[in-house]
Amino acid sequence: MQDIEVEHQESTDHANTLGVDMRKFLMWVFLGSDCLFFGAFIATYLLYRNSSIVGPYPHEILDIPVTSASTFILLTSSLAMVLSLAAFQRGNTSAARFWLFATAFLGSTFLGFQVFEFYHFAHEGLTPKTNLFGATFFTLTGFHGAHVALGVIWLFSLLGVSYTRGIPPEKSMNVELAGLYWHFVDIVWVVIFTVIYLLSSLPPSS
Amino acid sequence: MSTGEHLDNHHDSDHPTAKQYVLVGIILTVITILEVGVYYVEALRSLFAAIFLGAGAIKFAFVAFYYMHLKMDHYLFSAFFFGGLVLATSIAIALMAILGAF
Amino acid sequence: MATHSTAIKGVTERATYTGLMGWITTVDHKRIGILYGCTAMFFFLVGGLEATVVRMQLYSPGMDLVSPGMYNSLFTMHALTMIFLAIMPLGAAFFNFIIPLQIGARDVAFPRLNAFSYWVFLFGALILNGGWLFNTLPNVGWFAYAPLTATEYSGAGTDFFICGLQVLGVSSLAAACNFIVTILNMRAPGMTLMRMPVFTWMTLIISLLLVFAFPVLTVGLIELMFMRFYEMPFFNSNQGGDPILWQHLFWIFGHPEVYILILPAMGIISDIIPTFARKPLFGYGFVVGSGVAIAFLSFAVWAHHMFTTGLSALAVSVFSGATMLIAIPTGVKVLNWMATLWGGSLDLRTPMLWSIGFIATFVVGGLSGVMHASPPVDTQQQDTYFIVAHIHYVLFGGSIMGIFAGIYYWFPKVTGRMMNETLGKWHFWLSFIGMNVTFGPMHIVGILGMPRRIYTYPSGMGWDFLNQIETIGVFIIIAGMLFFLQNAFRSWKNGEIAGDDPWDGRTLEWTIPSPPPEYNFATIPVVHSREPLWDSKHPELGDHLPSVTGASDDVDTESIHMPNASYWPAITAIGVGLGAALLMVNPILSISGVIISIVGVYAWSFEPAAPEGH
Ligand SMILES: [Cu+2]
Repeated sequence: MQDIEVEHQESTDHANTLGVDMRKFLMWVFLGSDCLFFGAFIATYLLYRNSSIVGPYPHEILDIPVTSASTFILLTSSLAMVLSLAAFQRGNTSAARFWLFATAFLGSTFLGFQVFEFYHFAHEGLTPKTNLFGATFFTLTGFHGAHVALGVIWLFSLLGVSYTRGIPPEKSMNVELAGLYWHFVDIVWVVIFTVIYLLSSLPPSS
Repeated sequence: MSTGEHLDNHHDSDHPTAKQYVLVGIILTVITILEVGVYYVEALRSLFAAIFLGAGAIKFAFVAFYYMHLKMDHYLFSAFFFGGLVLATSIAIALMAILGAF
Repeated sequence: MATHSTAIKGVTERATYTGLMGWITTVDHKRIGILYGCTAMFFFLVGGLEATVVRMQLYSPGMDLVSPGMYNSLFTMHALTMIFLAIMPLGAAFFNFIIPLQIGARDVAFPRLNAFSYWVFLFGALILNGGWLFNTLPNVGWFAYAPLTATEYSGAGTDFFICGLQVLGVSSLAAACNFIVTILNMRAPGMTLMRMPVFTWMTLIISLLLVFAFPVLTVGLIELMFMRFYEMPFFNSNQGGDPILWQHLFWIFGHPEVYILILPAMGIISDIIPTFARKPLFGYGFVVGSGVAIAFLSFAVWAHHMFTTGLSALAVSVFSGATMLIAIPTGVKVLNWMATLWGGSLDLRTPMLWSIGFIATFVVGGLSGVMHASPPVDTQQQDTYFIVAHIHYVLFGGSIMGIFAGIYYWFPKVTGRMMNETLGKWHFWLSFIGMNVTFGPMHIVGILGMPRRIYTYPSGMGWDFLNQIETIGVFIIIAGMLFFLQNAFRSWKNGEIAGDDPWDGRTLEWTIPSPPPEYNFATIPVVHSREPLWDSKHPELGDHLPSVTGASDDVDTESIHMPNASYWPAITAIGVGLGAALLMVNPILSISGVIISIVGVYAWSFEPAAPEGH
């Protein structure tokens, strides 16, 4: 599934019935599909949120302040991403590269937070094998992290391309596609932060 | 490197300006800060689900409509994306209802 | 094949290959369609042989042809092969070959992604069948219910099932995304949505179903894989997990999958019946609308496979009601086909025979389907041969009949030669009779209480005679298939020359030569009506506008730019297949597959899609 996201291709000599970019259309169809992918993982998490028979339970281990910081970082990376795209579109290459690098850097930082969190949880006794919370939590956030990692690779590749072949405004669609993917990963995190962290990290009400 | 400069003189004038992008970024940050603040207010606890889901939806919408340009792009893009989103949400809710997980 | 364009200054030459490399590197939708078709036909024969052994084992009580374990593997592999390696890719063969021709395009939107889909499909098929080499085939049924799939109860065969289906999912998803973009964005000028041929419409709907249904199975398979490989407790009730959740995830995918299997056939016969009744499809809008309605409803009925799992009364009622609703759009379609036949001047050539046969047997399968939409009836029939009868009337009597209709109909377009009518009719009648002899009595043994998935049965249950009849029926079907194979091989090279339009067709694919040139249309046609070719042949019937324009002969076809051939899709697909296969050995090793894929994707991204400088 991951390979499709890096699709760069256009047919030649074709009609364009709707007048939209083919690759952008493909990306949106894929993102619609990916909604179901994350939706099924989130559904599994929710279905099992009260099913673990041994701890650690979510409220004992989830750390809202730390995760808020990483959420802020990912949201900010989305801002950097749109600023980079806008700069590419108007041909301001140096600004575009700066913001592209910022996006990838913030994304890497987010991944760092996630690695830290996973190690911390393992240290506290929560692994994917421990209980259903561990299994559903690590699988969901792990696949999200894998999406982020792929996005970071994509962004750094684009940065490399902008130095070697250059990305003039007429080729800015290459950046826009990565941007759509990046923002999607971001809003999936918005949902995960809301549903997994904010809503299930509270101790059972007394 | 300054980003607050005017963009609307360009061919993609239907896209938001950098200023608007930054504004959306500020809104997203403020909402996140408010959420974390609310999280520690024990008195609002019965409203948490509504507040957090609402705030999450607003953040989601801002990113989708402005950063992902759904507001200005072809309606089919929105149809595919929100089609997937609505279907995923409906399936999750149905499964929770069937399996008694609310 | 080696149509190198003449080198002009600043113009790169188009990359082309010949021979075997030509097939490996092809990005031509027609050749990819042929690859899909031949591969799927091979697996159709494999799946048929598996079923034959199953039926021979059941010929009489207490038979000892295969071991009980082997029997479990055979019925599992039969189902998986027929569903994922025969019917779905046979559908894909038609999508690939026919869709660009029907919408007046020169290729699909993403030719290399299309090639990638095929190669990934091939490697997924090999992984799914990999168990043959190690004598550990999947043996848990095609829906692989938990907890039977836990490591305590099933061996490495289940791993082949998981990894094979994951890889096939990548292929389906890539192909579906590609065809959605192709159909919505590459139609010839004037071809509005409501002027699209019904087959194109059904392909669009199937692609939507795949895009939205397959990820749910992907997630279920990931969870199953993690439970088996890494001891995560997903469906393990000892640790609070719910085996029923697997059933939900599986059938949320599984029910739309049923329509993924049947809608291609419905689309095919909706194109064939008007051609051979020589009148337009009755109620085109209703046929298309029912397809859309079926797609919507198919996501809201999955739990009808689970009525006996202890759902609440409310859930059972809702899913039962929604399932009965699906009978309405399905009935509408049948009615429209009948009304198209009504009063037409019928030409009962082979494609038409298969189409009429489809209606007859599919209706039987549809009716038995509505029966078990009723929970009490379903509870009675659950896990009996009645269900086996139902699915085979739908999948053999429906999907396969429709697919053979399509093969006889489009064979002249693919090869430029006609199939033999006499052999075709033998094939049809033997299949039609054989299928009813095989699957018809299963209704009765099912009602008599014979359970599915048992490797043998005692005598004296009243099942013996009917089982013998069923097994004899299989050999009638096989006899029919021999006629087909003989016909196909002979006609491919030596059939009567077909010409552009052998059936007096109605849609765009019949306006171009058979087989079509690589660029399909010398000039992109302009469409003015729903049946452009028919209307342009019969101006007296309609308005004065020519219904298809642009098919002129004096076009410099050398100047048409077509995409470069590329081996990177195949290499990327090898990476995907290798990565998935090695997961079964050691996740560390499967990184090698990931690296190959990444290299493939980079090379793919940086190579020119088409000759530069035009
Ligand atoms: Cu069903």
